[in-house]
Amino acid sequence: MAKRKEDLQQEFIKGLWRDNPVFVQVLGMCPMLAVTNSAVNALAMGAATFFVLVGSSFLVSSLRRWIPKQVRISTYIIIIATFVTVTDFTLEALVPKIHKELGAFIPLIVVNCMILGRQEAFASRNSVRMAVMDALGMAAGFLFALLSLGAVREILGEGKLFGVSLFGPNFEPWVIMILPPGGFLTLGLILLFFSWIKQRKQRLEQRLAQLESEAR
Amino acid sequence: MSSSQNINVGKRDLGSAKLVTTLSFAGLLSGLIIVLAYESTLPTITAHKAMVMKEAVFKVLPGVNRMQRLVYRNGMLAASEQVRKDDEVIFSGYDASGRLVGYAIAGAGPGFQDTIRLLYGYIPETREITGMEILESRETPGLGDKIYKDPAFVANFDSLSIDPEIRAVKKGKRSAANEIDAITGATISSKAVVRIINEANRLWLLRIEQAVKPEGKG
Repeated sequence: MAKRKEDLQQEFIKGLWRDNPVFVQVLGMCPMLAVTNSAVNALAMGAATFFVLVGSSFLVSSLRRWIPKQVRISTYIIIIATFVTVTDFTLEALVPKIHKELGAFIPLIVVNCMILGRQEAFASRNSVRMAVMDALGMAAGFLFALLSLGAVREILGEGKLFGVSLFGPNFEPWVIMILPPGGFLTLGLILLFFSWIKQRKQRLEQRLAQLESEAR
Repeated sequence: MSSSQNINVGKRDLGSAKLVTTLSFAGLLSGLIIVLAYESTLPTITAHKAMVMKEAVFKVLPGVNRMQRLVYRNGMLAASEQVRKDDEVIFSGYDASGRLVGYAIAGAGPGFQDTIRLLYGYIPETREITGMEILESRETPGLGDKIYKDPAFVANFDSLSIDPEIRAVKKGKRSAANEIDAITGATISSKAVVRIINEANRLWLLRIEQAVKPEGKG
């Protein structure tokens, strides 16, 4: 029982950090670059993707015995598209301003390869609990990535965070950061940072192994 | 050999029937859910759109507190509750005493990146524009988006003569009543706004004159 609990935790943390869909798997780049020009937009996009991914994973995993192998991808797409459309209408009714800013990128969640990838690689082969845990982790990881990109771009590009001015009137905003090139720049720097962490960890492990063998 | 083939064929037929059923069922269910979501959110969405439009009309026509939607059909302007998809619509605004103040005219045209949609108030009596509000645009943040974020630019349209035509001039060079100061660094966006208004004027002014005149005589 304790082991299962650990497994569930592992599935969650995997998506949030070790296999982060954006920083490690480099999936879902289209919304990543397009809607992260402010923290609020990033948050809304992340929340929409969160709902779609968790809902689809739950449904795909619970229906996995009844979905024939030959039509599984089409069925997944139908399930995902339904969740996305419902999200689209809901956002338009509840937060029309943000819906207008995100524009075409909400319907485009359907083709976010991260979501389909999770269904094919995980939800269709695992129990409902594991699938939901995995989806929660991955979605939280995606939300975290979007939010960090959006926050950096909004702080540098407008001198604000969630619309609150940070530096006072003397700050000259770096307009490039909220334009598309700013997305690429920020993403590149963040990816650089992540691979540096990874390399450093590997080097430390190697050094540790070396020291251990020398001690013997 | 032939018998085993037959069995295979039979199996495949059974399989495809199952595939078709699964997909149809999934599609049907998905359609139902989508219709349900659409129907339940539609009232909120339309109400919001109408409210946004109303606020914009009141903003571009100062002193107005009642508005009426007019549809142009067969050379006439008529009040209409129902609007068909390709109807041409403008709004008339009335003050507290019920007197017609002016019209709010919507226009659209290409901007720097995407279509700009805007609404402006027009008073036939003085042949002046009384305000301009951008409804939709995707102009460059920090430069082109000043067409609605820069109060100084928006104020250009507060009492602007439309004769003979609106012109955008370099910032600070404004000298005539029909000129506006363009935004430095966003000339294309500024000129796009001017062009959209001029085009809408060409389309609507004559129609409005014809609609106002008979009323004045009677």
